[in-house]
Amino acid sequence: MQQTANGCGFAPWQDPNEEPLIRFEGVTKKFGEFTAVDRLDVDIFKGEFFALLGPSGCGKTTLMRMLAGFEKPTEGRILLDGRDIGPVPPNKRAVNMMFQSYALFPHLSVAENIAFGLKRSDMPKTEIPGRVDEMLGLVQLREFAGRKPHQISGGQRQRVALARALAKAPKLLLLDEPLGALDKKLRQQTQFELVDIQEKTGTTFVIVTHDQEEAMTVATRVAVMDHGRLIQVDTPDRIYEMPNSVYVADFIGDVNLIEGNVASTEGERVEISWAEGQPLIVGSSASPLAAGTRCSFAIRPEKVAISAERPPDAVNAISGNIHDIAYLGNISTYHVRLDTGHIVKAQTANSRRIGRRDFTWEDAVWLSFTDTAGIVLTG
Amino acid sequence: MNLRRLILIAIPYLWLLLFFLIPFGIVLKISLSETAIAIPPYTPTLDLSAGWQGFTAYLSELDFDNFSFLAEDDLYWKAFLSSLTISVVSTLLTLAVGFPIAYGMANAPEEWRPSLMVLVILPFWTSFLIRVYAWMGILSQGGLLNQFLIWTGLIDTPLTILNTNTAVYIGIVYTYLPFMVLPIYATLEKLDNSLLEAAEDLGCSRIQAFWLVTAPLSRPGVIAGCFLVFIPVLGEFVIPSLLGGSGTLMIGKVLWEEFFTNRDWPVASAVAVVLLLILIIPITLFQRNQQAQREADE
Repeated sequence: MQQTANGCGFAPWQDPNEEPLIRFEGVTKKFGEFTAVDRLDVDIFKGEFFALLGPSGCGKTTLMRMLAGFEKPTEGRILLDGRDIGPVPPNKRAVNMMFQSYALFPHLSVAENIAFGLKRSDMPKTEIPGRVDEMLGLVQLREFAGRKPHQISGGQRQRVALARALAKAPKLLLLDEPLGALDKKLRQQTQFELVDIQEKTGTTFVIVTHDQEEAMTVATRVAVMDHGRLIQVDTPDRIYEMPNSVYVADFIGDVNLIEGNVASTEGERVEISWAEGQPLIVGSSASPLAAGTRCSFAIRPEKVAISAERPPDAVNAISGNIHDIAYLGNISTYHVRLDTGHIVKAQTANSRRIGRRDFTWEDAVWLSFTDTAGIVLTG
Repeated sequence: MNLRRLILIAIPYLWLLLFFLIPFGIVLKISLSETAIAIPPYTPTLDLSAGWQGFTAYLSELDFDNFSFLAEDDLYWKAFLSSLTISVVSTLLTLAVGFPIAYGMANAPEEWRPSLMVLVILPFWTSFLIRVYAWMGILSQGGLLNQFLIWTGLIDTPLTILNTNTAVYIGIVYTYLPFMVLPIYATLEKLDNSLLEAAEDLGCSRIQAFWLVTAPLSRPGVIAGCFLVFIPVLGEFVIPSLLGGSGTLMIGKVLWEEFFTNRDWPVASAVAVVLLLILIIPITLFQRNQQAQREADE
């Protein structure tokens, strides 16, 4: 690990002396013949905002439900603060969960919902109203304290659910698709509120989501899951820039994948032969590769430049014709068909109005990128 | 358009008028009449040939004597009171038996639920009378239940169950159980399982979660079930007369005896009118509960 991901330098996973808050040790969960979680090891540290990302059915929800105590691991152990929590029932764990459906009690008011967990705790009765008010203030719902859940909006319900789950000051808060039910605008706004509240309370958050943008926005680290296994656990920028496999590269954001063979290597620099009569692609790889290895060259569309003439100093330059243009307002994605039949996407920011666009359909163009723009993947 | 709406609205009202209000008017009229040895067995009867004067004379003969008779003779008050007690107790008993059944059904695997539902409704496919007679066979001195208990050695002499209030309670709980189970099942089945998980997550034991979440949220179903049992049981006549003894006093039975044994139609009608007035209270409450439920769902 060469760099810290976020500006403040919070990266306990790089410190070998740091004790994790949560440790999964070879955890497997089977439902009958189906293996939902497969021999999984991961450490989650105090104060982290840890995102479990993956397609539906990848095991991320099962992982979360094991943390909450609703499912027991078939094999392996889950440690919370160094203690095996396997035999601890959900109501005795210092872990609270915010449910995807919010699961607000419809017969109780907003304030009563938030007080629900406190009344079951050993908090003195006289302190409960104060704590409820504090939580209402945190999520800015003081004036709705007396309302029933069906009398408030979806975004407000989401905040009540959050306040209820945070009221007992758990060591770990689990969020199951917390923003899934909100519309896009509200979701973006709420993402930042979540991060804010996480920082304010200092609680460790584990969030389950299938929305990669959400995971990237809120998380300190993202774990990409598939078929019950963790494919990559890393900071959002490294997940995006340095995916360790084609699966991760393809799952997160948009990517061009070109298959080929390693022609020669020199340190991190790798040359790839990918098509008859085409110049070798020069890319980089984090791990050493032997010549002749089958590999995929992965490059993000925004790292591919598009021009009418061959840029004189470009390390990689390939010619083609514009096959399609996707106009997205702020950016345009050009689908360029190479002479080999490959389609490569190149993205440019629309800093000028569309009427003055440089390229149009069927134009002959050059695609170029630097030797560090793309990475070579073998997995 | 307006005419069509008018007709649509008019149909149920006409139905009510023909099959409820007019018969009730006749019963009310009979309850204000006097018993007579005649056909029909009361007086006065309306004679339209006498014209307006005949009609006013007819009206002037009606009085509330039968109602004051009901008030004076304590048999009727006792019958009403005893009916009320039996209704309340048997409603609670049906709830005690029905709730666990509904709870079990709602928590059964999804593919079992339709079959369980059919099992609850199945008894309706046989005649109610035959089922009550079957209970006579089970509960009598030499019946199946006593034979079984003696065979197991729990008792030496047969228990007297038939023709007691116990038999009446057994019969009512058995007969009205589906009316209790179905509405409770309907509310429990809708219950979001994540609510119970949330309660557990927030520190409740399973039992606390049941009392704090399941119980309050199944209340509309419990109330609906209780009314659906309570209202018909109050006027129940077949079960107390077949399973109950001479000591079982229920207003439905009294009504029947007034009509068919005493042939005192006016008094019987007065009993029916009072019974209806008593029933209006729970029916109104039931309607209110249903309406509140509908509003909460919106």
